[in-house]
Amino acid sequence: MQPGLQAYLIVAGFLFAIGFAGVLLRKNTLIIFMCLELMLTASTLALVAISRFYNSMDGALFVFFIITVAAAEVAVGLAIIVALYRRRHSVQVDELNYLKH
Amino acid sequence: MPAFFFYFFSALTILAALLVVLNRDAVNSAMCMIVALAGVAALFVLLQAYFLAVLQIVVYAGAVMVLFLFIIMLLDPKGRRVPVSEMNLVFGLIALLALALGAFWLARQYPAVAELPAIPQLPTDDAPLGYATAAKTFGYGLFTRYLLPFEVAGLLLLIAMVGVIVLSKRTPPDSNDDPAK
Repeated sequence: MQPGLQAYLIVAGFLFAIGFAGVLLRKNTLIIFMCLELMLTASTLALVAISRFYNSMDGALFVFFIITVAAAEVAVGLAIIVALYRRRHSVQVDELNYLKH
Repeated sequence: MPAFFFYFFSALTILAALLVVLNRDAVNSAMCMIVALAGVAALFVLLQAYFLAVLQIVVYAGAVMVLFLFIIMLLDPKGRRVPVSEMNLVFGLIALLALALGAFWLARQYPAVAELPAIPQLPTDDAPLGYATAAKTFGYGLFTRYLLPFEVAGLLLLIAMVGVIVLSKRTPPDSNDDPAK
């Protein structure tokens, strides 16, 4: 006997909650982006656990696609952050509020 | 014994994830993020998803985090401090508690301890998309039921590559229609 689906889902839920709190709390765009990755990883952990305990490959294949999309997303997101830094010379979100005024 | 490894690696992962959020320095955050991703890869190994564990280490903890560290060191050398406002702190903690409690409540309906279902190394003929440990299993899935998403993922990577090149091209300063200036 070993930890069941419950334990894995709780760990995934905690990881997601921590990532979400990080997105709300932090002001540095790069750390916000890392916390988004943390939330994606939490969802992959839940998918693999469900896939394993229900004996189906679908969840694991979905994780494959999630990793692909996350890699593409990181490349584009970091390029946007670099372009933003070139114009504004800042990566803090509270200084990037030009659309607000 | 698997129980011990599970508790060890989940504690490590959650601790490292907390440090990602709490660390003041962005470089330290990225280092903790690598530890958290490696911890998730270890949990994948416990779930016998060996291929995904390797993928997690190579793609996430390797390529993606190297890109992150590169950009952090390029842009944010001193890591200027911005204090967190009271309201943000309260809302952030409320969101953390609500999501954690919600996950706890939802996960309660599943068994706390279980015997993992026995799985073959390669998929069998009567269950071609059943869970199996070999990396070949992914090939069977990707080229049968998930062929279209697989092609779309390839196209997405191409679009991302072209998009990054376009985004990081330096724009000439005179064509700059910057409203802040």
